Amino acid sequence: MKTYKLPKDKFPNFINFLSNKGNLYGPVKQKDQHSFEQVNEYSEMDFNYQRTILGIKKFLTPPRYITQKFDSESVEDIFPQSETNIVLGIHPCDIHAVKILDKLFLDNIKDPYYESRRNNLILVGHSCLPDKNCICQSTGTDIVEDGFDLFLTELENHYLVWVGSSKGLYLIASAENLFSEDITKEDIAEYIRWQKSRSEMFETSIPFKYMPDIIHLNYDSDVWDEFGDKCLSCGVCSLVCPTCNCFNVEDKIVMSADKGVRERMLDSCTLPGYSLVAGGHDFRPNRTQRIKLYYTHKLKEYIGKWGQPACVGCGRCVSYCPVDINVVTISQALFSDVYEEMVCDNNE
Amino acid sequence: MNNKERKNHQYKAHSAEILDLKDLSYDTRYFKVKFVDPNIQEKLGEYKPGQFAIFSIPGVGEAPFSISSTPTRQSFLEFGIRKVGSITEALYKLKIGDKFDIRGPYGNGFEMDKMKDHDLIIVSGGLGAVPLRSLLLYACDKREDFKNVYFLNGARTPEDMLFREDFMAMHQREMLETHLTVDEDPKGDWPYHIGVVTKLFEKIADRVNNKNTYAIMCGPPIMYKFVIKELLKLKIPKEKIFMTLERRMKCGQGHCGHCAIGGVYTCLDGPVFTYWDIERLKELI
Ligand SMILES: Cc1cc2nc3c(=O)[nH]c(=O)nc-3n(C[C@H](O)[C@H](O)[C@H](O)COP(=O)(O)OP(=O)(O)OC[C@H]3O[C@@H](n4cnc5c(N)ncnc54)[C@H](O)[C@@H]3O)c2cc1C
Ligand code: SF4
Ligand code: SF4
Ligand code: FES
Repeated sequence: MKTYKLPKDKFPNFINFLSNKGNLYGPVKQKDQHSFEQVNEYSEMDFNYQRTILGIKKFLTPPRYITQKFDSESVEDIFPQSETNIVLGIHPCDIHAVKILDKLFLDNIKDPYYESRRNNLILVGHSCLPDKNCICQSTGTDIVEDGFDLFLTELENHYLVWVGSSKGLYLIASAENLFSEDITKEDIAEYIRWQKSRSEMFETSIPFKYMPDIIHLNYDSDVWDEFGDKCLSCGVCSLVCPTCNCFNVEDKIVMSADKGVRERMLDSCTLPGYSLVAGGHDFRPNRTQRIKLYYTHKLKEYIGKWGQPACVGCGRCVSYCPVDINVVTISQALFSDVYEEMVCDNNE
Repeated sequence: MNNKERKNHQYKAHSAEILDLKDLSYDTRYFKVKFVDPNIQEKLGEYKPGQFAIFSIPGVGEAPFSISSTPTRQSFLEFGIRKVGSITEALYKLKIGDKFDIRGPYGNGFEMDKMKDHDLIIVSGGLGAVPLRSLLLYACDKREDFKNVYFLNGARTPEDMLFREDFMAMHQREMLETHLTVDEDPKGDWPYHIGVVTKLFEKIADRVNNKNTYAIMCGPPIMYKFVIKELLKLKIPKEKIFMTLERRMKCGQGHCGHCAIGGVYTCLDGPVFTYWDIERLKELI
């Protein structure tokens, strides 16, 4: 991988340069939350943030979008406009989440709606420091080696810029005067010091590699009922989770009866009716079954299939579930149900 | 993605014309269709028994339906559709000669090659006869590939029994050994068996060769447990017991998540599963 150095005071210039290459998005502070919003320049953004409400999936599988338009004569596919979108300030966990979505929507049968959005997206990563809700170290997604176009690690006086794709390399080559390739021994030492101190900041650690077995053996545990009883079936956990991608499809008639659209909208397996089929048979009528599906899929089945959880440790479910159901509380409860001594704290 | 790929992407449905319609029961209708484009008909005619297609009615929605015809007869597709809601009601309004869009085929289907030179026990309940008819017709068209074919078919009442004439005709031509049963016979004119479908096992049990038999079933979720019990009693190996399952489906190709059971997608890895899978995946039945 090619690596460059970008002096901190040149970062705004690079952003100016990028704003000519496509629509620019970055982390913007709104009240006490951050979200990826369209921006024009450096000053609008705040790179010192922990997590946005929604991850990059809002660019790839928007909460609601039209896939087809039709009238009595014909059906037309609707693809997004082929404008380049450049997203700045993406943390490693969110890049890992895109890699998981890519696998799902592109590896096997290609989803044309996802593919057209993905092809037009340029991902510029940014280093971060964890808060108490971050568990990406446990999920192995605290560091990212690919899946981005550029990745910036913020050090004292400059950024180390990692190039992850030919698109990224092209951007650097076109703004050559801002970057240098002169990475010194001190720069490397500073980077290693920074990585080390960052990795010591994580407060929570969960041994996810045991989760498939633990969930399998605990399948009928009362722990699930305790969470099921609490769950409000609000779907917020799926909405904010950067790897949750389930969608529903609905047709809508607009104006006259022979004109309409087909829409896709985010769905959640925690909502009632998720597994309902015609005739009224519901395969998962209660909340316990649906919570179990959510976490079994993320922490057991996905690990079994791909060797890693479908959780990237971003901490969004930890921050947003109104009744404290999240990967941390679920894992801890399942462990401690059978193994008192298992403390899911750091530094053991 | 170039323009050509955009035109032929995986969600593209193709126009099909209705060649024939027939009521199979008071709430289930037979559809015989053919793709308007002969190239599509040729390509999509290469499906496997057990696969399904997705129908699209713009303004109403999309829904999956099992293919009921056999790939050994390639010039058309057949379906059996039960009227239960908005899409199926819209399909009921269509007439012979009308066109609508279909995409597919989807799903794994049955591995017919594996079943070669075996006896087949095919057990169906209610609407399950629709997908299993594909396999039955296939076995009849390639009769020399299979040994004994037993077909046990149950329905709630004689009025609910689908394809009764078809199945009895195959029976009369000694293509298969068919046993029909109904739970209730309100009119009292049913000439065959009365009772649940599992009772029909009595009629074949002493002839089943469990070393050389595949069992296949499809029906309402409640039926599986009882049929499996009978098959295990006959010592049919778990990996030779097949069943096709229904789940809510919104895409048919592993994207929407709705049909997930543990780590598998019913639309991609199913809808045909073995009893071995069922034991491994806790939520399957
Ligand atoms: C692989 C597969 C193969 C199938 N093969 C066949 C086949 O060969 N023949 C056949 O007839 N059917 C088949 N089905 C079932 C078929 O797909 C459904 O009957 C069809 O989707 C019903 O669509 P609808 O719009 O008519 O009904 P809907 O309007 O969707 O609903 C019908 C009924 O289902 C319930 N329901 C569904 N969704 C909701 C919801 N969101 N909220 C509340 N209630 C709801 C209600 O009770 C409603 O009355 C198959 C399904 C699968 C998955
Ligand atoms: S499960 Fe929770 S921590 Fe894991 S990726 Fe989803 S929102 Fe983030
Ligand atoms: S787990 Fe929490 S966020 Fe998810 S549906 Fe239940 S209450 Fe809502
Ligand atoms: S139907 Fe969408 S994933 Fe199976």
